[in-house]
Amino acid sequence: MSQAAEIERGRPGLALYAPKEAARLVSRVTPVDAVGLEERAASLAKRSIKRESKLWALDLAIRCMDLTTLEGTDTTGKVVAMCAKAVRPNPLDDSIPSVAAVCLYPHLVQVALGQLKGTDVKVASVAGSFPAGLGPLGARLAEIREVVDLGAHEVDIVLNRSLFLGGRYAECFEELVAARDASGSAHLKVILETGELGSYDRIRQASVLAMASGADFIKTSTGKIGVNATLPSALCMMEAARDFRHETGHRVGVKVAGGIRASKQAIQYLVLVYETLGPEWMTPDLFRIGASTLLNDVLMQIDKERTGRYQGPDYFTID
Amino acid sequence: MATKDIERSATSALEQREPVWEYADAPESTEIVRLEDRYGLFIGGEFVEPKSGKWFETIDPATEEPLAKVAEAGPEDVDLAVKAARAASDETWRDLPGSERAKYLYRIARQLQERAREFAVLETMDGGKPIKESRDVDLPLSAAHFFYYAGWADKLEYAFPNRHPRPVGVAGQVIPWNFPMLMAAWKLAPALAAGNTVVLKPAETTPLTALLLAQVIQEAELPPGVVNIVTGAGPTGGALVEHEDVDKIAFTGSTEVGKIIRRSIAGTGKRLTLELGGKAANIVFEDAPLDQAIEGVINGIFFNQGHVCCAGSRLLVEEPMFEPLIGKLKERLQTMRVGNPLDKNTDIGAINSRAQLEKIEELVAAGVEEGAEMYQPECLLPERGFWFRPTLFTNVSQSHRIAREEIFGPVLSIITFRTPSEAIEKANNTPYGLSAGIWTEKGSRILWMAERMQAGVVWANTFNRFDPASPFGGYKESGFGREGGLQGLEPYLELEPNGGR
Repeated sequence: MSQAAEIERGRPGLALYAPKEAARLVSRVTPVDAVGLEERAASLAKRSIKRESKLWALDLAIRCMDLTTLEGTDTTGKVVAMCAKAVRPNPLDDSIPSVAAVCLYPHLVQVALGQLKGTDVKVASVAGSFPAGLGPLGARLAEIREVVDLGAHEVDIVLNRSLFLGGRYAECFEELVAARDASGSAHLKVILETGELGSYDRIRQASVLAMASGADFIKTSTGKIGVNATLPSALCMMEAARDFRHETGHRVGVKVAGGIRASKQAIQYLVLVYETLGPEWMTPDLFRIGASTLLNDVLMQIDKERTGRYQGPDYFTID
Repeated sequence: MATKDIERSATSALEQREPVWEYADAPESTEIVRLEDRYGLFIGGEFVEPKSGKWFETIDPATEEPLAKVAEAGPEDVDLAVKAARAASDETWRDLPGSERAKYLYRIARQLQERAREFAVLETMDGGKPIKESRDVDLPLSAAHFFYYAGWADKLEYAFPNRHPRPVGVAGQVIPWNFPMLMAAWKLAPALAAGNTVVLKPAETTPLTALLLAQVIQEAELPPGVVNIVTGAGPTGGALVEHEDVDKIAFTGSTEVGKIIRRSIAGTGKRLTLELGGKAANIVFEDAPLDQAIEGVINGIFFNQGHVCCAGSRLLVEEPMFEPLIGKLKERLQTMRVGNPLDKNTDIGAINSRAQLEKIEELVAAGVEEGAEMYQPECLLPERGFWFRPTLFTNVSQSHRIAREEIFGPVLSIITFRTPSEAIEKANNTPYGLSAGIWTEKGSRILWMAERMQAGVVWANTFNRFDPASPFGGYKESGFGREGGLQGLEPYLELEPNGGR
């Protein structure tokens, strides 16, 4: 990574620990009690968010959204349409903000960049042999460099679970550091694929490893396996991010992804952020929701809050 | 407020954490509750005017507004209630097949589930506890107790093999104001399942849910006199306890009153179970799952404003863990929402009564006086009603009053320890022995500790968990006898060997 790029990033962002410390780092991660964690998540999910506080949350949910399409069938046409939706989610309503970013495969980065020129909507590309993340290291890093060179503002990669679950923490950490270097000035999100990690202890350890390697965001899931983001796993990552901030002074963002389709779920995640990480995390810089169908439900709920009535689904565009 | 004078250690963190997201008010509607102007005594299946001619007011502690007038039972009223219970015992209840008794209990349980919201709202109005607790804890558990003991009613001979279980007779039950409905369920369900009839006296500050339960009992067509409810304060309870035709007394409340009761019935042959005060230790080891331990500590002391006999009011922390734990606790306290108990987002509601508030204030002032260091988060409290901020004390030693006396409020005393043995020594160094919590990832240590704790309930990596199948009760001055589970039936049964009599 060039020095210029580092200055441009405006923050140190590089690995905070040496690879040889990785194993020690993982071993001293505070344990997580599953029963207590799930209870806490369930109790926060029962917060009752009404009226103006609900509208505020729905607005923020849009501003924090990574509108996503990650299908093998994605085409230019699909991405053009999605970008239009990302910029103006409701063409009839100027008060609705744009989403934070669109998230797609490398193949379509240039299309999205062209469509989003002159807007604040960022382009995020998955890279690094998404979704398994087990291609040759050189190829994975090259893929990251390539999407950044194409102009992607953000890169979503997956944690090497093969190394992580195999206990090869130093190698796993080195890979993350290399990915961090390769992504240069782009924002790097590390997907932990929490549904494959098997325990909350593991989720917390993976969170710490990724944060220590210099990731800008830790992200729950690829959306490609059966178990995606859940409230307890997100809470577990948020607690790790909060403690990381206390220990190092670095704020690392959290992205929840996969299976978030209803406004109610989005609000529940926002409550977790608010009561775990605090108000300073309630910004697209530090919290993201990766979703595709969620956006229309949020638009529908905003209309309902404003008018007191639900509109039919045909009043919201499908892109 | 005495504590107004006490300097508060407000954190600079508060300024940084200026909330940008105010949760809008989310009050539970009170429309579902239909309050009567006044409630008579429930004797012989009817609501009757008190012979005493006296009435008292019950208020909403969050607003100090009166809710209703309630009859004050005098000795004559208590006598009528006991007579009704005796008659019901002799004429119907004790000889009814267990399967028939079970039907009534199931009916009551189902009614409690169906009318749970109404009960929960009323419980919150009369007692000040957050609606999320009365909705999610008190009412579901109350129904669960009736369901659980309904299941035992026709299986008593299997529950106690080679015994011939028979009901004791008439039970006099006196319950406290912290869990009015739940305590009524804890008391009534096992007594009725075992074939006893009951005279129940709810606390004077929280009689309304018991009286609503009386309506449910009427609708369930429980034979008249099987359950009688007499309202009033200490003297009413005294008259019930001392009534000569009561066979068994069950009391939940303060150790002070428990001692008076035990003295007053000495030599009478009445059976007695007592569930009294506590000063539970919540013990956090260095290897604990810290974030969940924090939640457990918060839940242990701030659940129901700390009006919990088994509250984890002493936090014992292994010394290396002290700094991180205190930091996290203070941070977590900032997010607690104190205020209108009917708001669905409220974490800490109103203190139950002015008298209780004054007691908490007195003990907290004593803590400051004795040199402990106090921390309270900044939060706005409503102008009317009885409120107390969640409070932490550090630099507490075993000899301080706040480490010894039951405060029964949202006040946590934090003490450090160095070794597991020292933790045991300090935890047991109290006249009480109701509950304890242990936080560690090490299973063997949990068992080692639990064996040595003088506490009726030991929770591991959790706190304040209740289940009708799990017996609950105390050691030492926290009382004797168990409620819940099979053990909860024993106090209500004569268990003579088979073939006896």
